[in-house]
Amino acid sequence: MTSQSASAATERGADPFLVVEDLTVRFPTEDGLVTAVSGLSYSVGMGQTLGIVGESGSGKSVSSMAILGLHDAKTARITGSIRVEGTEIIGLAEPRLRKLRGNSVAMIFQDALAALHPFYKVGAQLAEAYRVHHPSASKRDARRKAIEMLDRVGIPQPDARVDDFPHQFSGGMRQRAMIAMGLINDPSLIIADEPTTALDVTVQAQILDLLQDLQREFNSAVIIITHDLGVIAEMADDVLVMYAGRAVEYGQCKELLTHPEMPYTWGLLSSVPDVTADTDARLIPIPGNPPSLLSPPTGCAFHPRCVHSDKVPGDLCATTLPELTPGVRGVGHLKRCHLANADDIYQAEVLPEIAPELVEES
Amino acid sequence: MSDVNLDKSPDQEPVVSDGGELADPVPARAHLTFAEMAAQGHLPMKLDPDAEPVIEIDNLKMYFPVKSSGLLRRTIGHVQAVDGISFSVPKGGALGLVGESGCGKSTTGRLITRLYTPTAGSMMFEGQDLAQLSPRELKPMRRHVQMIFQDPYTSLNPRHTVGTIVGAPLSVHKVVPKNQIIPKVQEILEVVGLNPEHYNRYPNEFSGGQRQRIGIARALTLNPKLLVADEPVSALDVSIQAQVINLLQDLQREFDIAFLFIAHDLAIVRHFCPEVAVMYLGKIVEIADRETIYGHAHHPYTQALLSAVPDVRQAAVGGRRERIRLEGDVPSPINPPSGCRFRTRCSLAQEICAKVEPPLLQIGSRHKVACHFAGELGAHPARPVTAGLLGVDDQGSPKPGETPQHFNLGPTFEKSWYDIGLQHMVSA
Repeated sequence: MTSQSASAATERGADPFLVVEDLTVRFPTEDGLVTAVSGLSYSVGMGQTLGIVGESGSGKSVSSMAILGLHDAKTARITGSIRVEGTEIIGLAEPRLRKLRGNSVAMIFQDALAALHPFYKVGAQLAEAYRVHHPSASKRDARRKAIEMLDRVGIPQPDARVDDFPHQFSGGMRQRAMIAMGLINDPSLIIADEPTTALDVTVQAQILDLLQDLQREFNSAVIIITHDLGVIAEMADDVLVMYAGRAVEYGQCKELLTHPEMPYTWGLLSSVPDVTADTDARLIPIPGNPPSLLSPPTGCAFHPRCVHSDKVPGDLCATTLPELTPGVRGVGHLKRCHLANADDIYQAEVLPEIAPELVEES
Repeated sequence: MSDVNLDKSPDQEPVVSDGGELADPVPARAHLTFAEMAAQGHLPMKLDPDAEPVIEIDNLKMYFPVKSSGLLRRTIGHVQAVDGISFSVPKGGALGLVGESGCGKSTTGRLITRLYTPTAGSMMFEGQDLAQLSPRELKPMRRHVQMIFQDPYTSLNPRHTVGTIVGAPLSVHKVVPKNQIIPKVQEILEVVGLNPEHYNRYPNEFSGGQRQRIGIARALTLNPKLLVADEPVSALDVSIQAQVINLLQDLQREFDIAFLFIAHDLAIVRHFCPEVAVMYLGKIVEIADRETIYGHAHHPYTQALLSAVPDVRQAAVGGRRERIRLEGDVPSPINPPSGCRFRTRCSLAQEICAKVEPPLLQIGSRHKVACHFAGELGAHPARPVTAGLLGVDDQGSPKPGETPQHFNLGPTFEKSWYDIGLQHMVSA
């Protein structure tokens, strides 16, 4: 990997590899302007993993597609700043973007069957991704590289399978082939959009192991988008919780999942059962449905579904949008909520219901 | 099944035009406090060990023929999707069926609802064998066994109104007179938490969670005794999953419905089902109550599945959990491995596993396992525990003069079982 020394240098430098600042993405539609993402800021350093959690329509995928410049420049209205290795992405010309895509920034999509072209052999698709960014490479070199990558992601008999079509692969193998395609140019930033959602748990474990091994080997920055908090807990260094296009909680993985301070995060934790939980733990859903982004609720977007807004004085939740500010547990943990003593409420009220066995410890 | 009924439904409700504006999908609700919400949340269901079985499945098989290409289309093999499974679902209880994709769990669900006709085996339901009934004899039985489908976007006919969809089973089975179908539909919509006035809307006007509620309402109209739920929540958003699971638990308690709950999410199955069966390549490899499966699994496949589940609690420790890595993919069910089907991916596999198929042996009061080396994780025996029972030596070759013992392979749990530690039969 050629950029390894360079990336080590950036790590030591002040600016992380990816910096997103005040990103807002709007799409005009027939029904009005949809604000898919608003005021989003985060950063990912080399060798770091950021987990983005949220429901469908919360803006997780839209924000990461903006990093690759995948939105239609004619219609999508993007403001703010996205810097990859110091280069500003927003407003970058298409030829420069194309150089970036698949080279230093790669994306792994959720549905491998839809993301791979059904008429081309897997090997040919991998080789194409390589040759686009290595114009001097011969077809034979590209093919050798494709076989090497298939072997690297653990596909058996890669020299024979390289000539298979995507439909001849199993679901897990297709996902591996996609990862191989994403990594063929040694990208410094990998965006994995729900990489394991359609897979069985055993295959999911294999894919997550693979992602982690590869990250360790190439020291890449990884953004993993998922709605599975278990995957986040095991993979991420930092976690960003999104709701209705906004970041509602942002912090270190351990800190955020053991001391969450935003009722939406509590709701996510309480509505998913756990394989190791006490059998006295309750399953408490979040009432209602995610809001429409055409006309988001006033104030805090979560307030119509929030069961803790009665603890905030007055109509604050319905009238004023809370800022993303540090919570009671330090500056590294940001939350967008009016609750003053969120951690106390979580420990005293929420935890006994969802994980009674953890209460004594904490 | 109701889908089939829908298409056959001769009389459709005249579509009443709504006229009004599309309501916001978020219903205006009185603000709940957390304490109220928590009280509505549900504890996992408890096992009733004395409940009578509502359905008993015995040695059920489903082989799909594989045809050759060309003019003759000869049968050149069979996909052994379900190969000799036995279990029972207790009245008002819930049995979870878990396994990787392609292990035959959905086929099992479709066999019980008789969307497929089984190749062999019996399904005893209220003294009748569902596997043997003709379509005419089956029709009255369909009232009692209904199904909830996985994908709420494809399992509802987009050109029918909710009233037609939910009311179709009522008119097919002539449960209520035609003019009372709409009031009955509205009643059921209210039970599943939908606005009864929305009966003349189309499925596209509802969100995913609401559509799944419509699917549940359709399955409920005939007051079934057994509901086959095939991945009922896997297509829904996380926050909506819990709502639907809680609804299913409410309905189960209220109407005393037994569930066959098919899912690949082990955590949801743990919450919903007091009993769980683990399938691998068309066979049940382990079946036991919740505490045994999740706490003391004896089959290496169950142990591998459980160790693969990502755990939120891991955040407190950091890094990944130690897990059993299963190499490779599930073998083809057209030509499954000899002996134990899991042996190609099993770390414990020895010669006996390739020669002799392990029986689904009862080793506890509510625990059956199909493994020659059954034992808790890290404490698997060195010698096959089944060799003495099957009349073979430790390598799996038949021992001259020894006859295999006879033991219970039926759908229910017996009062006496084979203790693998003591190596003989014990009873409760």
